[in-house]
Amino acid sequence: MTYARRTWIVLWKDLLSERRSKETLNALFFFALLLLFLFQFALGADRERLTAALPGLLWLGFILSGLVGLGRAFLAERENDCWEGLLLVPGDKSAIYLGKVAGNLILMLLVEAILLVLFAVFFDIDLGAHPIRLIVVIGLGTLGFAAVGTLFAAMTAHVRAREVLFPVLLLPVQVPVLLGAVKATEAVLLGEPLSAVGHWLGLLAAADTIYLTVGVLTFDAILEA
Amino acid sequence: MAANPPIQVIGLRKAFGAHVVLDDVSLEVRPGEAVALVGPNGAGKTTVLRILATLLRPSRGTARVAGYDCAQETERVRAHVGLLAHGTWVYEDLTPLENLKFWATLGGLPRGLDALHGALAAVDLDRVADERVRTFSLGMKRRLALARVVLARPPVLLLDEPHAGLDQRAGKWLDGHLGGFKAAGGAILMTTHSFGRGLGVADRIAILTAGRLAFDAPLHGLTPDDVRRLYELHAENGG
Repeated sequence: MTYARRTWIVLWKDLLSERRSKETLNALFFFALLLLFLFQFALGADRERLTAALPGLLWLGFILSGLVGLGRAFLAERENDCWEGLLLVPGDKSAIYLGKVAGNLILMLLVEAILLVLFAVFFDIDLGAHPIRLIVVIGLGTLGFAAVGTLFAAMTAHVRAREVLFPVLLLPVQVPVLLGAVKATEAVLLGEPLSAVGHWLGLLAAADTIYLTVGVLTFDAILEA
Repeated sequence: MAANPPIQVIGLRKAFGAHVVLDDVSLEVRPGEAVALVGPNGAGKTTVLRILATLLRPSRGTARVAGYDCAQETERVRAHVGLLAHGTWVYEDLTPLENLKFWATLGGLPRGLDALHGALAAVDLDRVADERVRTFSLGMKRRLALARVVLARPPVLLLDEPHAGLDQRAGKWLDGHLGGFKAAGGAILMTTHSFGRGLGVADRIAILTAGRLAFDAPLHGLTPDDVRRLYELHAENGG
């Protein structure tokens, strides 16, 4: 109960701070809008080319906006040295990690929902044909991204070149998630059932489990380092 | 563990690469005692506190809190220590009440509304309990940091320039609070640059210069002028 309460209070703090400042959400919204303009210019009105590239473009948008959001995940902890306070709190620090992952996950899902709507409007495409399937795929892909992204954001929080180092470290580790997510999204957009992409969903679930487990086991050491 | 002094430092050395910050520092703080650690900038005062708070590991020597080794038994040490550092550990977009709730829940401290309001009232922040910290002055943020320490009630306090940024009223309250804390058997190690208010609650003074302890004696019977002369002799002339 105490562990769950500690996880909840970190999530509560992050969401409350974001609701009041809207710093990350505003930045991500405009970044997503900019990305869509770029995609629109790059692809033009060629629907065939758009359909083929859509799953990749969607995840490119998710990943790029996610990188911006996750890069700011520990900004509040650096301000006023709150990081020190978290380090000195007695007890299992993995609760803090899970709270941060949950906060990042919610924020990323929110931005992704906005991106999906903007994609549908900008490119005049129907993304709502199989909403549940799309939610499952995006949810699994985003969880993996948030799990390892939060961990790497903590690792690079005190590094001078963190803006460069963070994506350089994170993106290679994201390859299994990206691969599985793009392939599964492609199948869902083509109207295939989830059972047809069971192996990709399995890869996503395995990556999520591994990333979360590694995060829970190593966050204490990362905080201390 | 009852016989162990609350704070004990023996032969402490800390080096960052070739730069030696602390060298062979030994110090003890007994129950109900407050020791003021003074010295010029860069003398190593904050490093001593950070080692005792388990934020840094010593290169050599031993630092103990309540008998627990600060390098080996960090979790036990953390349960006994309250640290007031240079950083205030406050989240700017939360209110004081929310900040206290956050740290209290995370640290397993009393988090009922009465306890939180009580801690805020103690530092005279109760009237702004629901305002965002972002609008606060540094002194108000320092008071909020003190409220967090008040709520935790640890047996050992490590205070890094606790009077910095506080107005007269808050400083007076702090002295009263620290006096009560000592009377209840608590131990305090604090750094200060102020020979007036900073030494008001101290029972002993320890002068640190260039990483070495140059002087350590009771304050009893010493006037502020005596202390200033001692400081000039040991610290400003490099011991």
